[in-house]
Amino acid sequence: MTWKTLEYSGWGRVLTARGDVARPERASALAKLVSSSPAPAIGMRRSYGDAGLNDGGKAIDMTRMDRVLEFDAETGVLHVEAGAQIGELLRIFAPKGWLPPVMPGTGFATVGGAIAMDVHGKNHHGLGSFGCHVVDLTLMTAKGPKLASPKKNATLFKATVGGLGQTGPIVSARVQMLKAKGDVMVVTERRIGGWDEFLKYLDASDATYTVGWIDATAKDEHLGRGILEEAETGGGLVAAAKRGKRIPMDAPGFTLSPSVVRTFNAAYWRRVPARGRTVVKPIDDFFFPLDKVHDWNRLYGKSGFHQFQCVVPINAAGDLREMLASIANSGLASPLAVLKRMGPGRAGYMSFPMEGYTLAVDFPNRDQAEVLIKELEAQTVKSGGRVYLAKDGLSGPERIRDMYPEHKQWLKVVQSTDPDQKYATDLIRRLKLREPT
Amino acid sequence: MSQTWIILGGTSTIARTFARMASERGEGVILAGRDMDDLTATAADCAARGAPIAESIKFDARDAKTFSPIIERAAELEGEISVAVFVGSMPPQDEIDDDPSLIAGTVTDSFTGPAEFLTTIAPELEKRASGTIVGVGSVAGDRGRLGNYVYGASKAGFHAYLSGLRNRLGRSGVHVVTVKPGTVDTAMTWGLDKLPFLAPPEKVSKDIFKAVDRKRDVIYTPIIWWPVMTIIRMIPERIFKKMQI
Ligand SMILES: Cc1cc2nc3c(=O)[nH]c(=O)nc-3n(C[C@H](O)[C@H](O)[C@H](O)COP(=O)(O)OP(=O)(O)OC[C@H]3O[C@@H](n4cnc5c(N)ncnc54)[C@H](O)[C@@H]3O)c2cc1C
Ligand SMILES: NC(=O)c1ccc[n+]([C@@H]2O[C@H](COP(=O)([O-])OP(=O)(O)OC[C@H]3O[C@@H](n4cnc5c(N)ncnc54)[C@H](OP(=O)(O)O)[C@@H]3O)[C@@H](O)[C@H]2O)c1
Repeated sequence: MTWKTLEYSGWGRVLTARGDVARPERASALAKLVSSSPAPAIGMRRSYGDAGLNDGGKAIDMTRMDRVLEFDAETGVLHVEAGAQIGELLRIFAPKGWLPPVMPGTGFATVGGAIAMDVHGKNHHGLGSFGCHVVDLTLMTAKGPKLASPKKNATLFKATVGGLGQTGPIVSARVQMLKAKGDVMVVTERRIGGWDEFLKYLDASDATYTVGWIDATAKDEHLGRGILEEAETGGGLVAAAKRGKRIPMDAPGFTLSPSVVRTFNAAYWRRVPARGRTVVKPIDDFFFPLDKVHDWNRLYGKSGFHQFQCVVPINAAGDLREMLASIANSGLASPLAVLKRMGPGRAGYMSFPMEGYTLAVDFPNRDQAEVLIKELEAQTVKSGGRVYLAKDGLSGPERIRDMYPEHKQWLKVVQSTDPDQKYATDLIRRLKLREPT
Repeated sequence: MSQTWIILGGTSTIARTFARMASERGEGVILAGRDMDDLTATAADCAARGAPIAESIKFDARDAKTFSPIIERAAELEGEISVAVFVGSMPPQDEIDDDPSLIAGTVTDSFTGPAEFLTTIAPELEKRASGTIVGVGSVAGDRGRLGNYVYGASKAGFHAYLSGLRNRLGRSGVHVVTVKPGTVDTAMTWGLDKLPFLAPPEKVSKDIFKAVDRKRDVIYTPIIWWPVMTIIRMIPERIFKKMQI
């Protein structure tokens, strides 16, 4: 059968949807769906909020269209179906000396999701977002496949990359893979004592991959302490990471209570010796540390969690420090918090990245967390920054246009390709993104 | 020795995962089926994953004329050749009740078409005195039940055929594995409600390779279906006929 009625949710499990989902396995099946009952494409639903949800409507699950269509070992250009997972591409191609050019923190994200969110990775400061490496992409339209690239149908390309699926299902893409020295990571970990030191190191880092874990519960003189990781690919032999542990059930509410988190974070920080250290890690362990435990989102219990992620321009670093201070003082954060410097690279009208600093913090879903996240968001706008729609589940329509100044250009393309809003999702409706200003 | 799999029903969800695993084991794949575009895409995927041979070729269980080009291609291959059959069709039982002419097609897809192909290619495997034939049947072939007994009957026929073929080919060193999957999360079952123990297709393919390597004769996959079907087979017919399962 074509449709299956499903109850499904985003990664944060706070927002859910119910509706009919199709899961085509081949291009001809997708073409049929698009001409008979167009519906938003969804990937692995690793977006935290409602970007991949269409409550009461239909959706097209792309995850079974996941084949490598062509790989040119000379140039490193990979033609791949949109449902392929980034981690799987890493597994296949790293031993051949090629990496996906940009990898988000989970290997389960699909190529389609990576394009539609124009995702960034630990190399954003140097190499930009995923969309910067897309040579071309193919959309399925009612009239058949349609190619878009930075040169051909360039506005359609810019509306599709970071475009939240609103130009229709991406069937496949050509991606310029990145040459790697080998398939292990040489990682230098450094303990960072506080905020100013963190920024200093982030600014000075010339490593290919740089990311900071931040203790979002540390206050006062410890505010902004964390661990800086800088890494390069290298040759060598290390055992592959053990994967596939599962969280068998929803954890009870106290698992991530403030005192547990504080204790955990302090220990986690001390894990790295004061003088720092260099370690060699399996490649997927470095890029996708959380994927080792499947369904780790269940640790947050039944009520789920939110992630707040914003980026602010370089000159607003002081504001970001204040935001971190209010997070630390609230005691609401979970151990998962990341600070990173972003470069300017972005490839779509609605892409998240901008040159500056990005902070991402998880919060178990509690009322106070909602209030705090809304305050943080207001501050983000004031600072000239933006929140990441792949993570957002709480924002409203008022502020989004200020954060995404190219929304108008995007809307124009999207309205002409999908005038009846067949591809609208819950996120699009919540933020009224398809409505003219 | 190099190994090449001829995969009938190469577009099937389970076959796709099987072809991938074969490729990652360094084995060749010849994908046979009706949707050439899709088979070509899978062949490319297999090549990227390490298959030394990755080709697609036309196969229609209802058109025996398509068989001989495949068998000719097989004869050209060096090393060991093996065959895996994933072909099958399961029209809803109520559609069959309304249109009994659907029975012939169902039986051809799930049993007689593949059987004719296997019987034709068998001498090539016998000649090489090696190789494996994997026939995918179904737990539905263990007992005829209300919901899909025509499909079940075709699979039962296929099981008996495979058992005889094993008896014949075992004498020349060719092994036959009968695979009885329970419910698998594939295009065939997407949207059907209340499927117990629904398994991912990768699990089934993994179990198939285990059975191939260990030369098992008949397997249930996932293994939970072995006790389940053992019990179901033991239910006396006079009780079974009143049951809704
Ligand atoms: C642990 C974790 C770490 C993460 N780390 C990062 C990170 O470091 N950087 C970062 O940028 N993001 C990160 N993310 C977010 C994640 O990368 C994005 O949400 C990504 O879009 C998820 O891909 P998906 O396949 O699950 O897409 P989904 O969440 O299913 O969908 C996301 C959007 O893409 C659209 N879409 C999906 N497939 C298609 C298609 N084939 N055609 C058209 N539209 C499509 C959907 O309509 C939706 O709008 C992280 C998420 C998790 C859970
Ligand atoms: N899914 C389950 O729960 C389940 C359980 C037990 C057993 N099985 C068996 O597993 C096998 C694989 O099925 P699947 O679940 O992967 O479903 P599927 O994707 O629907 O596969 C069925 C395959 O049979 C092919 N086929 C049907 N009629 C054909 C014909 N006349 N000529 C050539 N090919 C034909 C189809 O080809 P086209 O693409 O050209 O249509 C397709 O490749 C089948 O034998 C099925 O009976 C499945």
